[in-house]
Amino acid sequence: MSARTRMAWLAAITIVVLGAAVIYALWSYNQYQLRAQSASGVALSTDETWHTGPRIIFRNTAPGSGYGHVAMVPLEEPAGPRTVTEAVCDRVYAAAGTQMCLRTNAGIVTTFQAVRYDSQWREQQDYPLPGNPSRVRVSSDGQLFATTVFVTGHAYAPASFSTATVITKTAGGDHGNLEDFTLLVDGAPIAPVDRNVWGVTFTQDQNTFYATAASGQKTWLVRGDLAQRTLTSLRENAECPSLSPDGTKIAFKKNLKPGPTPFWNLAVLELDSNTETLLAQPRSIDDQAEWLNDSTLLYGLPREGAVGDEDVWSVGIESGAVPELLIEHAWSPSVLR
Amino acid sequence: MYLSFSDRKGGKAAQAWPSSTPFKISPVIISLGIVSMFTDISSESVAAVLPLYITGVLGLSMVAYGFLDGIHQGISAIVRIGAGWTADRGDRHKAIAVLGYGLSTFARVWLLFATGFGAITAVIGLDRIGKGIRTAPRDAMITEAAQPEHLARSFGVHRMLDTVGATIGPLLAFIVLLLIPNGYHTVFVVSLACGVLGLAVLGLLVPGRRQRVLEKQAAIADTASQAVSRAPFAWRELNNPQMRRLLLLAGILGLVTIGDGFIYLVLQSKASFAATWFPLLYVGTNLAYLVLAVPLGRLADRWGRLRVFIAGHGALLAAYLCAVLPATGAAFTIGALLLLGVFYAATDGVLAALAGQFSPEASKASGIAAAQTVVAASRFFASVGFGTLWFMLGREHAMVVAAVALAAALVAAVILVRRLLPGAKSGDSALDAV
Repeated sequence: MSARTRMAWLAAITIVVLGAAVIYALWSYNQYQLRAQSASGVALSTDETWHTGPRIIFRNTAPGSGYGHVAMVPLEEPAGPRTVTEAVCDRVYAAAGTQMCLRTNAGIVTTFQAVRYDSQWREQQDYPLPGNPSRVRVSSDGQLFATTVFVTGHAYAPASFSTATVITKTAGGDHGNLEDFTLLVDGAPIAPVDRNVWGVTFTQDQNTFYATAASGQKTWLVRGDLAQRTLTSLRENAECPSLSPDGTKIAFKKNLKPGPTPFWNLAVLELDSNTETLLAQPRSIDDQAEWLNDSTLLYGLPREGAVGDEDVWSVGIESGAVPELLIEHAWSPSVLR
Repeated sequence: MYLSFSDRKGGKAAQAWPSSTPFKISPVIISLGIVSMFTDISSESVAAVLPLYITGVLGLSMVAYGFLDGIHQGISAIVRIGAGWTADRGDRHKAIAVLGYGLSTFARVWLLFATGFGAITAVIGLDRIGKGIRTAPRDAMITEAAQPEHLARSFGVHRMLDTVGATIGPLLAFIVLLLIPNGYHTVFVVSLACGVLGLAVLGLLVPGRRQRVLEKQAAIADTASQAVSRAPFAWRELNNPQMRRLLLLAGILGLVTIGDGFIYLVLQSKASFAATWFPLLYVGTNLAYLVLAVPLGRLADRWGRLRVFIAGHGALLAAYLCAVLPATGAAFTIGALLLLGVFYAATDGVLAALAGQFSPEASKASGIAAAQTVVAASRFFASVGFGTLWFMLGREHAMVVAAVALAAALVAAVILVRRLLPGAKSGDSALDAV
């Protein structure tokens, strides 16, 4: 090939490749505009009578307008029409008038923040987050909230994945990153290099919480103490705990397939008897479960065949219970009783 | 003054610096720089949005990601050596580089269809392997195309273009997501397009073996005394005193080079400024890197490559100090970022230039791969060790220990270079010789 022919080929390839990319971008921009302006894919409610009553709030993932917004349904009619709010969140959780929202602000500089709303979805305060939103929980009295984010690497920092989990006081101040707490495994303090903590669940008292601690391939269910600044291991292979409303059981996700591609199912631990029940099912569940009531769990699952859309499922806590689809096009459920 | 391979054998310095040859960048290096620029736009745009995509869109957590990344780094180091060796063995630098870039581009196609965590990590792994394969043969081609007395400056030109790509990539990705909030697939398509463009420039504009041999034959047609065929590849050729010293030096300094992720975390814990702008911190480092890559390469050619390589680690020490000083404020954050950029500009391309310079022609890719692997491996150990210190002593004290260790290593590096280089006794500073 002569130099001329080479340049001609290069020009042709450039035009074809860039042209195809631009056409695809324009097409997807149009698709996005069409979807954003089209009516929501689910029935919406304008009835406000139940908005202060028992309800489930969640992230609405129905295509169309209102995608990504916080929505809610009455507790007794979860599959019914939903009310969509103006708040846009990746994860959402609420208790006692403290409504927490973890948000990604897309931009030339993509930033992340936790936003605290009051019960009327009026913005109260925002807190910068150092990475991608993953989990959020609010204590039952609304005084504390815990956020977990993924702090991710960049071009020059290899293998730098880690989580940052912080417990913050609604009134101001925080307890710092839980990684700085003393980690006690089987009674002895350990300080592995790669330790991470995530997925907090609060108890009724102001001091105790549960969470996941991890190092290497191991994970532990830990009980945390805010005053002592300690994390004490209770059980191996248990992630993202969630304490039942009556405080007697902890639901968590258990990895059944150790290795590079984990497979999680939910399990429930009776705290008094220390007995574990595995809720086996064919799909892997990667979520922090939420209690619908003292005998039923809620969790989100990606919708099959759709990218960026999820459903909320419910399952009883007895072995062999069959999951049911509870709320379509929904993610990050939070039950307000 | 440039100490060429034949100079070393002859045991005498050929000419005084500064070199009289005017600098002229080879079109091959520009082409390779453009290839790297497109490839970096391609990989960095995806890398910037992948965590968001995995957590926000696929609804997966990333717990296993860090462990896998460590494994991929290891695989990357092994294939790097293997690819360098294969490229040298058959004199097939371009073919191996095409394979490396091709694998990464293929990974982009796969990404369009991957939805599970396993598939995503396999795609990332493939991309890393591609990167491991292509780096050493590409740097060997740069060494071959560059004027020996302007080798570091030539690498500077390449690294500048490379870093332009690494800076544009994330910005481009976030602009796409700003216009199309769920436009991850658009980012992947744009990334694929840039990957294909890079591959096309490599395939069409960078001369392969046959073309180079023909050109060489034409160039030396009148000086018939020189043989066209190259010396065969041999590992023992790499086992020369200069190369051993370079690997030792790079290893010592690598062992006290903690990942800059740690520095960002320290900065972030100190100043709310850094916390708010955390995702943008690396752009500051990249900007300093791309602006300084050529001037520092030029300085390395004139003042001494080992000197600049060591001085670059001095900039790293200054960055540690910026991070560790109790004073807070934007000035220290920005200072640390710029110093990190200086560090990369003074060490990355210069290391490849040094390794290329100390390797005989038939084993350049292996020599460069060896140096880069030593650096990658020693920095990996440094990060693990520093992580331990971090939890044992707390971040401030760990940072102080790291700074002291780096200062000690710098002293050792200067002594090592002064004592071992030939010519140190002849009055001239040994550092001038390289």
